Amino acid sequence: MRFSYLEPEFLVERNLERCIRCQVCVRQCAFEAHRYDAASDVVTVDSSRCVGCLRCVTMCPTDALIVRQNPTTFKENANWTGRVIKNIYKQAETGGVLLTGMGNDRPYPIYWDHMVLNASQVTNPSIDPLREPMELKTYLGRKPERLDVSVKDGKISLNTKLAPQLELRMPVVFSALSYGAISFNASKALASAAYEFGTYYNTGEGGLHRDLYRYGERTIVQCASGRFGVHKDYLQAAAAIEIKIGQGAKPGIGGHLPGEKVSREVSRTRMIPEGSDALSPAPHHDIYSIEDLRQLIYALKEATRYEKPVSVKIAAVHNSAAIASGMVRAGADIIALDGIRGGTGAAPTTIRDNVGIPIELAIASVDQRLREEGIRHQASILAAGGFRSSSDVIKAIALGADAVYIGTSALVAMGCHLCQICYTGKCNWGIATQDPYLEKRLNPEIAKERLMNLLRAWEHEIKEMLGGMGINAIESLRGNRLHLRGVGLTDSELEILGILPAGR
Amino acid sequence: MRISAKGLHYRTLNEKIHHLVDSGAKSLHVTHVNGQRYIGGGLQGDIRLTLEGVPGNDLAAFMDGPRIRVKGNAQDGVANTMNAGEVIIDGNAGDVLGYGMRGGRVFIRGSVGYRVGIHMKSFEKQVPVMVVGGSARDFLGEYQAGGIILVLGLGLAPGEPIAGYMVGTGMHGGVMYVRGKVEDWQIGREVKIFELDEADYKTMRPHLRAFARAFRLDLDEIMAEPFLKMIPYSKRPYGRIYAY
Ligand code: SF4
Ligand code: SF4
Repeated sequence: MRFSYLEPEFLVERNLERCIRCQVCVRQCAFEAHRYDAASDVVTVDSSRCVGCLRCVTMCPTDALIVRQNPTTFKENANWTGRVIKNIYKQAETGGVLLTGMGNDRPYPIYWDHMVLNASQVTNPSIDPLREPMELKTYLGRKPERLDVSVKDGKISLNTKLAPQLELRMPVVFSALSYGAISFNASKALASAAYEFGTYYNTGEGGLHRDLYRYGERTIVQCASGRFGVHKDYLQAAAAIEIKIGQGAKPGIGGHLPGEKVSREVSRTRMIPEGSDALSPAPHHDIYSIEDLRQLIYALKEATRYEKPVSVKIAAVHNSAAIASGMVRAGADIIALDGIRGGTGAAPTTIRDNVGIPIELAIASVDQRLREEGIRHQASILAAGGFRSSSDVIKAIALGADAVYIGTSALVAMGCHLCQICYTGKCNWGIATQDPYLEKRLNPEIAKERLMNLLRAWEHEIKEMLGGMGINAIESLRGNRLHLRGVGLTDSELEILGILPAGR
Repeated sequence: MRISAKGLHYRTLNEKIHHLVDSGAKSLHVTHVNGQRYIGGGLQGDIRLTLEGVPGNDLAAFMDGPRIRVKGNAQDGVANTMNAGEVIIDGNAGDVLGYGMRGGRVFIRGSVGYRVGIHMKSFEKQVPVMVVGGSARDFLGEYQAGGIILVLGLGLAPGEPIAGYMVGTGMHGGVMYVRGKVEDWQIGREVKIFELDEADYKTMRPHLRAFARAFRLDLDEIMAEPFLKMIPYSKRPYGRIYAY
């Protein structure tokens, strides 16, 4: 092995008094950090191989293991931090682009943590969701300008033909995670959880595995620049179709599933040869303008005979509001916005960490712009990019989103430990891998239960918070920014978010 | 069955076609086609469509099986993500022809525009084939991942190029055959120009025979001129750019 200047990122410590040499850690680590030496009957560790996924720590039957951040530090330097120095070493050693997985981990402001919610006191009553009805049902899709109803013999009938809608039990949808980037078991868990719970999941751009067609009515399928696995049956099977233009983790660049992850099953689902790189070019080569986007939106609507809403997903960038306006006018029924903290299976670190804008600001500016132009009802806003809790969700709704996409939270629910090495395909938690040995670690039934538990917990919390505000339907909170106040924000941040400072 | 597209919005026309197909029509002859988009979009089954006039963009997009004959020119986006079937165009076609096309074949008697055959791909027994009678412009076969692109250069004026710049940029699968001259400066870094061998002629022949038959051309005459072939260096053009 080539000599490296890189110190191990983690230190793995084994308590030898506790260790029973069962070798569970040896088998569990796909990076071969642990080794068993039969001759001397000891388990040794090479900390430089540790990625910090904590799989061994969790599985060790005697709690003999501790994984710590390596406390060794470079000489203190506010400018040349250890992270910066190590990245330069890595690049000097390999000459390559730094890769990473999951979402931006840099300390940009998280505006959710600077917004607080309102609650009813004295002058208006709060509502107890345990004893009173509380509606979280959300419909995504184009809404009519006005409703034309007629009443005959006391019976009301609707004359307006409604555009197709997605019906969500609560405003949370599993975001695009492609099969190939994640394992079949992980895809299946997401699909079945969405199906049973009554929400949707998104296939990402990796096609739809034939065994998942049965969840079709709870599936949003993607059509991205690489067109992987996109064909008539795929479009027909879904409840909605999403054109993927961009992704928050890597705005402006395409996708690249390395050939070693294109296993037999992945190849059949993406409909490409086994072992070949799956390249999604950065642009759709037929989309160079809003007019061109309109053409693809309508090509998809025509191909599915206007039965399904069409979503268009973009990364949140500086001029998202203007772009979103164009998207709505191009015929998008759902505008999916993915902020700078959005996750990914693989992205160049420098792009993930430096390109795009926080989703909070994007929601506020897009919602505002569409309202000003009088077209907000023509499309729903589906926001993505680092939603961590029910309070993030409810604040997003109050800011102006119709619903949110969760990706990372869903993976964490399934067992992801945010080690950010998804791009290696060796996820020890059986999530971001195609290795059959690793994939088996994720039981799709258990993972489905965990996902549903998370949704149920958030559902209950959202009801509690809504009740506290004296609101009994999530509809009434949407874009209701008076229920938010800012804490520790500058005047311009408050202005963009369209909220008042706390205390006013 | 004959229908007229005169004065019809694409949505009305396409709904009519879907409706007729749903009620069992196997063969439709559409006259007065004038720019209507998405004809044959998402259509499945063993159906024949004959179009008289100029169909609009995204003809045969997401199509899966039917055969379309265009008695005229076609516009942009023909056979976008087409899975199976056939499109035969008597005239010229525009840009982004066969984007992401995965199966079936497209024959164009005349010439085609820019970004043709982008991201064409093959899969198991599905090998898409595109034969262009005339010439193609820049970015031919960009990101091509599979399938066969043939450009014949029939009827070009002396000195008129058969292809533009950036041919096969990012190509990582499939093959392109060009009946004429393409210079190194016209092609992308990921492809290389080769002479044809026996196997190549065997691959091309059935498609060229079908092309010749479709347009009543002489196969031997087509085969008489020299071809060259372009294939990518590797299936993994970008395999080595990452640190770890
Ligand atoms: S899993 Fe724990 S007990 Fe087993 S060998 Fe590893 S450190 Fe020892
Ligand atoms: S999905 Fe797996 S590899 Fe990726 S961060 Fe989570 S645990 Fe690590």
